[in-house]
Amino acid sequence: MSTATKQIEELANTEYKYGFVTDVEQDIVPVGLNEDVVRLISSKKGEPQWMLDWRLKAFRAWLKMEEPHWQNVKYEPIDYQGVSYYAAPSEKKKLNSLDEVDPEIRATFDKLGIPIEEQKMLSNVAVDAVFDSVSVATTFRSKLAELGIIFCSFSEAVKDHPELVKKYVGSVVPHTDNYFAALNSAVFSDGSFVYIPKGVRCPMELSTYFRINAKNTGQFERTLIIADEGATVSYLEGCTAPMRDEHQLHAAVVELVAHKDATIKYSTVQNWYPGDKNGKGGIYNFVTKRGICKGDRSKITWTQVETGSAVTWKYPSCILQGNDSVGEFYSVAVTNNYQQADTGTKMIHLGKNTRSTIVSKGISAGKGQNTYRGAVKIGKNAANARNYSQCDSLLIGDRCGAHTFPYLEIKNTTAKVEHEASTSKIGEDQIFYCESRGISKEDAINMIVSGFCKEVFRELPMEFAVEAQKLLGISLEGSVG
Amino acid sequence: MLEVKNLQVRVEDKEILRGINLTVKPGEVHAIMGPNGSGKSTFARALAGHPGYQVTGGAVSYQGQDLLDMDPDERARAGVFMAFQYPVEIPGVNNAYFLKAALNAKRKQQGLDELDAMDFMILVKQKLKVLHVDESMLMRSVNEGFSGGEKKRNEIFHMAVLEPTLAVLDETDSGLDIDALRVVSDGVNAMRSPERSFIVVTHYQRLLEYIVPDYVHVLADGRIVRSGGRELALELEEKGYAWTEPAGARK
Repeated sequence: MSTATKQIEELANTEYKYGFVTDVEQDIVPVGLNEDVVRLISSKKGEPQWMLDWRLKAFRAWLKMEEPHWQNVKYEPIDYQGVSYYAAPSEKKKLNSLDEVDPEIRATFDKLGIPIEEQKMLSNVAVDAVFDSVSVATTFRSKLAELGIIFCSFSEAVKDHPELVKKYVGSVVPHTDNYFAALNSAVFSDGSFVYIPKGVRCPMELSTYFRINAKNTGQFERTLIIADEGATVSYLEGCTAPMRDEHQLHAAVVELVAHKDATIKYSTVQNWYPGDKNGKGGIYNFVTKRGICKGDRSKITWTQVETGSAVTWKYPSCILQGNDSVGEFYSVAVTNNYQQADTGTKMIHLGKNTRSTIVSKGISAGKGQNTYRGAVKIGKNAANARNYSQCDSLLIGDRCGAHTFPYLEIKNTTAKVEHEASTSKIGEDQIFYCESRGISKEDAINMIVSGFCKEVFRELPMEFAVEAQKLLGISLEGSVG
Repeated sequence: MLEVKNLQVRVEDKEILRGINLTVKPGEVHAIMGPNGSGKSTFARALAGHPGYQVTGGAVSYQGQDLLDMDPDERARAGVFMAFQYPVEIPGVNNAYFLKAALNAKRKQQGLDELDAMDFMILVKQKLKVLHVDESMLMRSVNEGFSGGEKKRNEIFHMAVLEPTLAVLDETDSGLDIDALRVVSDGVNAMRSPERSFIVVTHYQRLLEYIVPDYVHVLADGRIVRSGGRELALELEEKGYAWTEPAGARK
């Protein structure tokens, strides 16, 4: 291997910085899964009967389902009876202010750089932090409440806004949707809930941080966001986990509902522990994310920067039901060492004049395998539907792989669908060209990679763009003049 | 300025340069000519520090420093510039941003303040005017989708902004029509000064009608076989390269 390639790989191999474990007392349900465990989780959360019934329905469906294996990833079989399905910091009582959060947990979030402290709240980010399975603190709640916005943990929503949860939970991702979604529906422990009332533009970015801490636990959070007519919200999600030798399962579900003229922007920076250089440990990130543009002229945008996890399996999708509704998917997925990612989206056009845009950027380094899998479906009533897809792959070194699987299903002849794909390699010539202008090799690689990801980064909210930059170890390209 | 002594360079397993000697003084323009495969471009790339070109012997001193001991980016920041024969595309990185990073890397090394976006734009727009380059070139990605002529013009534009002490032009004239050639040459001529030296690598005499050299060197089989003034280029044109090849070079 040439020296330049080696250096690129060294750069790409920056160590995982978030691999610490926090020492707090945990309340963990014994490993294994059966109906009693589902009941136990529900009762620990003090849930009403309807919620428990829903969980049990999902659990029974799950028992009859089989784990999917069509993805272009390989991993050791998961022992579903070897996982604990609930872990919470013990002695949980109702928290009135951030000062009451366990200092150890606070310290963890500080290490992660999460703006959970009062001073950082001035940066206009409302945060819900989910630690293992339980939502620890939701900031800024009262200020949002003045506008009628509900931003709380999922468990609280079940208690305080049962009519909303009942109406929408499982309405976008049914409890029978797929193996991991069914599992999540049975054992989900917490997550975030957002409701933006009619005509309200949420004045700040809403943000959730997820962290897996306890050993041998899975994290099964569930997020539900509803934007009522004419409402607008931008939501950010970040994830980290400690370094552990064993694989840990993360099977989340996210549902978005956009009513008439509503806009939801959902951004993710996923940095779960990816495993070590030899492929040991790391998170299995099997996530179901889907949004429905229910009303006319509604819009959902998914933006994701996926740098972590040993195996990633997710397809944030849009059902474009309303006429003139818009779905967008912008993705950067990085796989390094032995990481594998099979990710993409589904754009399901049902309404007239619906439009969707897909921009996927896959970066593979080391022995990483990166797969884009995207489906565009145009229903028979979706007159004048349009889709534009662009999938670009960047290879660093010569032992990694990039794969693209586009699926098209078109039942209306007025549809216009475009697909563009490219694969390129960071060439020594590109690096040498930058160097010959006085730019260091490290800066050159950063520049080339961020240039490659530009179309996605510019979709991220400012503070997340900064984080994405840190994560990729690259300096974001700024504009001049 | 530049002192090349017995420089030998290998590409993969092939010996290309077999002992080049060349002295360039401040303000001088040297043309390096030669047939295809004679090692002209290898010489240019070795001076710039291309990683694929392995120096196996000899020495190069630039302003008293050991040039061969410096990384390519260090050479550039010390004032060595190479205009590429085939400029490389960098998608998504805008030309102005790229140049600003390059210029500021150099300024930092020189202990100067980095230019902010405003001052940079003022400087750049002034250079564009001199070179008759369209402003839209600034906001496009580096060389992406540029025509052959645009790429070469962009190289000269980079050179004008970075103001090197030693500029190496690697077959800058190849693929240019006569108008583009004139624009590029005017750009180079505008930058000639008593402190700045040029090494112009070219296959054709034509370029030297526009950029008039002080010295012409003819390369064949990895060695300089003839050196002279401007008239040597004309002689070459008349007699062809076969004339320069030493009998010993033929095997």
